[in-house]
Amino acid sequence: MYKIAVLGDYDSIYGFAALGLDTFPVTETVESAKTLHRLAAGEYAVIYITEELAARIQSEIEKYKDRMLPAIIQIPGSFGNTGKGVEGVKKSVEQAVGSDILFSGDR
Amino acid sequence: MASTQITPTRMELTKQKKKLQTASRGHKLLKDKRDELMRQFMIMVRENMELRKKVEAGIAAANTNFVIAKAGMSEQILHTALMVPKQEVYLESNKKNVMSVDIPQFTYKTRTSDSNDIYSYGFAYTSCDLDDAVKSLADILPDMLELAEKEKACQLMAAEIEKTRRRVNALEHVVIPEAQANIKYIKMKLDENERSTQIRLMKVKDMVLEDAHHYSEK
Repeated sequence: MYKIAVLGDYDSIYGFAALGLDTFPVTETVESAKTLHRLAAGEYAVIYITEELAARIQSEIEKYKDRMLPAIIQIPGSFGNTGKGVEGVKKSVEQAVGSDILFSGDR
Repeated sequence: MASTQITPTRMELTKQKKKLQTASRGHKLLKDKRDELMRQFMIMVRENMELRKKVEAGIAAANTNFVIAKAGMSEQILHTALMVPKQEVYLESNKKNVMSVDIPQFTYKTRTSDSNDIYSYGFAYTSCDLDDAVKSLADILPDMLELAEKEKACQLMAAEIEKTRRRVNALEHVVIPEAQANIKYIKMKLDENERSTQIRLMKVKDMVLEDAHHYSEK
C-alpha cells in the first residue's frame, strides 16, 4: 500500500493536504533534495513536486527516472506555470524519437 | 573490413555464419520491438500531453480559488482549517508489461468513502470560497493520478526505445556488416588456398613426369 506526497513551497501545496495527500513544505534546495530521497525510499509511489522546486533539484530527480517507482511528477506551483512539465513530456518524445516531432508546433 | 584477428579456417567460417544468422534474427526482432514500442509510445505521449494540459489548467484554477479563499479569511483560520485532514488517499500499484517495459498502474483508495470528507473543518469560521477551492482541487485528483501513471510510463518507454534503437543500429551498422565482411574474407582466403594447392600439385606432377619421361630432351 503506497501513499502520495506533495513537495513544494507551502503556499503551493497546502490545499492538497485537505484531499488526504501528504504534504511536505520545503523551500531550501539541500533540504528538499534530502526530503525527496527520504520519500522515494519510503512508502510513496507518486511524488508531486512544484516546477519551481523541481528546477532546482533536477539532478536528484533524474536519478529516479529509470525506476518504476516512485513517479515524480511536476505540477505548477502558486507562482504560475513555468512550462517545465510540458517540457518534460517533450523531452521524453525527443529521447524516444530523436527529435520532437509531435509538439514542436505547439505554443 | 576483415579484421586482422580472424583466422581463415572452416571452423571460423561456420562460427561467423552462425553469428551472422543470430545477429540478423536479433536485428529483425529488435526492430519489431522498437516499432511497436514507438507506436504505443506515440499514443501514450499524446494522452500524456492532453492530461498534463488539463491538470495544469485545473491546478492553476484551484490555486486562484485558494487565493480568493485566503483573501476572505485570516491566514491563521485557514491554516487551522487544513491542519488535520480527515481524508487519506492510498495507492495500489500494479505492474503492467508493455513490450518488456514494466509500467506502473495505480488504483487509488480513499480512507473513507464519503466524498465530503475532503472538508476537514467546520463550516462556521471558514469562507465558502475555501470549500470551492478544496472541491476544485479534489476534482482534478483522479486526473492527476492518471497523469502520474502516464507520465511515468512515457519516461520508461522513452528510455527503453532509446536503448532498443541503439541496439538495432549497432546490429545493423556494426555487427552484421562485420560478420559479412569476415565471411567474405575467409571464403576468399580458403579459395585462394585451394587454388595454390592445386597449382602446387600440378607443378609437382609436371616435375614427376619430367623425371620419369624426360620430355624436354626429346
